[in-house]
Amino acid sequence: MQVFIPTPLRSYTVQSFVEAQGGTLAALLADLDRRFPGIRFRMVDEQQQIRRHIRVFVNGLQVFDLAHGLQPADEVFVVQALSGG
Amino acid sequence: MAGKIKSRTLAKPARKTKRAAPARGRKSANNLVLVSTRKGAWLFHGDAARKNWRADGPHFLGQVINHLVLDPRDGKTLLAAASTGHLGPTMFRSTDLGRSWKEVTKPPAFHKAAAGEKGRTVKHTFWLTPAHANEPGVWYAGTSPQGLFRSEDGGQSWEAFSGLNDDPQYRAWMGTEQDGTPDGPKLHSIIVDPRDPRHLYFAMSSGGVHETTDGGRNWSPLVDGMAVVEGFDAKNLAFHDPHCVRLCPSDPNRLYQQNHCGIYRLDRPSKNWKRIGQTMPKEIGDVGFPMTVHPRDHNVAWVLPMDGQTVWPRTSIKGEPCIYGTRNGGKSWKRLAGGLPKTQAWWTVKRQAMAADGGDPVGLYFGTTSGELWMSRDEGEKWVCMAWHLPEIYAVETAALG
Repeated sequence: MQVFIPTPLRSYTVQSFVEAQGGTLAALLADLDRRFPGIRFRMVDEQQQIRRHIRVFVNGLQVFDLAHGLQPADEVFVVQALSGG
Repeated sequence: MAGKIKSRTLAKPARKTKRAAPARGRKSANNLVLVSTRKGAWLFHGDAARKNWRADGPHFLGQVINHLVLDPRDGKTLLAAASTGHLGPTMFRSTDLGRSWKEVTKPPAFHKAAAGEKGRTVKHTFWLTPAHANEPGVWYAGTSPQGLFRSEDGGQSWEAFSGLNDDPQYRAWMGTEQDGTPDGPKLHSIIVDPRDPRHLYFAMSSGGVHETTDGGRNWSPLVDGMAVVEGFDAKNLAFHDPHCVRLCPSDPNRLYQQNHCGIYRLDRPSKNWKRIGQTMPKEIGDVGFPMTVHPRDHNVAWVLPMDGQTVWPRTSIKGEPCIYGTRNGGKSWKRLAGGLPKTQAWWTVKRQAMAADGGDPVGLYFGTTSGELWMSRDEGEKWVCMAWHLPEIYAVETAALG
């Protein structure tokens, strides 16, 4: 499926939309990390929590759980919530 | 006091390696000053006379660089501890002096907590220390919140070192996020004894100074003689706040420390820190963050006093920045402010942001919270500004390129 990558993470992907597969958000992120090594840890911490400033939307709805199921036709947007100076 | 606190036996010991002679002072060569800032890193290349400098940067524009260190064992590997306000922390590596960078494969991270327990997450790597001269490719890292990590592959992959990060007593001494530095409590000042790779020190803000003599199997607190903030109990290590600890390359038995509560010296095998900051002028006091030692003379050290009165402004004192140097192990101090602003300069210098080079006379460098990089070619007597308008400077390191 197509995954939208925000600008702070394009040092990994170059492209704004990239292809990755997975039946769950966790599997999708694992696949992304295989294709773009290192990208997952910038988004998900070692306690398996989505980091504070990372938002993930599936078909327009925000998802908080890495176990969230995904269908091949889903649209996944990873968005960066900017704050601070 | 700390004598009552038993050593902690932790996980497996590190492999033993041969002892090496203490590192010698560097000969004059092309000089490198490595500057880490809140918005990226810069490398300043200087000639042998330290007169002409070329700025190379920004590297990692917009990323918080907490520490940038050149591996003195190969003279070419750079490690940069990076994060941004928005992404998880990571580390970058260069083997061509920053012409190209590659992200490491496994940056420091805590163990995943068991189900139902709250685990910790590394907010950033704060401190990098190359290990012993006889352990090529081995590095130590200190993180925020406090964690100790080791890499055996030149910084590519990192593992928790020695079981300390999950040790219940050490976790208690680390306190909570509330007890630490404003941008997170830190493990810092990781020091490797040049005579013995199994003899290590580190410090925690907060959490005290600690030592191992067996490669991390056992750790002992080393806080006797250190003061804590009035009203707190010095017996509780969580209240000890060493800001910066340095070992003298010319005498590895001697350590200097800038603490939240004063300037100290420790002469091993003694375990009792002697407060040497009380010989500072009363109106200056002995609060500060950095501590810098001479590469060849264990009686010479420099501090950068900071206003720690009332609400802790963390500025220069009275807006008049100055260095203080001692040439007799802290018996007396001399104000060194030639060339520095005489008035209305309210910056200060963070704990990693002052460094000495190996030249003769020694060159001193510091980077300010207002983004100025200052240097002295004569051990602090006279200062010149090398660069200004940089982002807030977090760390300054030096290296000599052959």
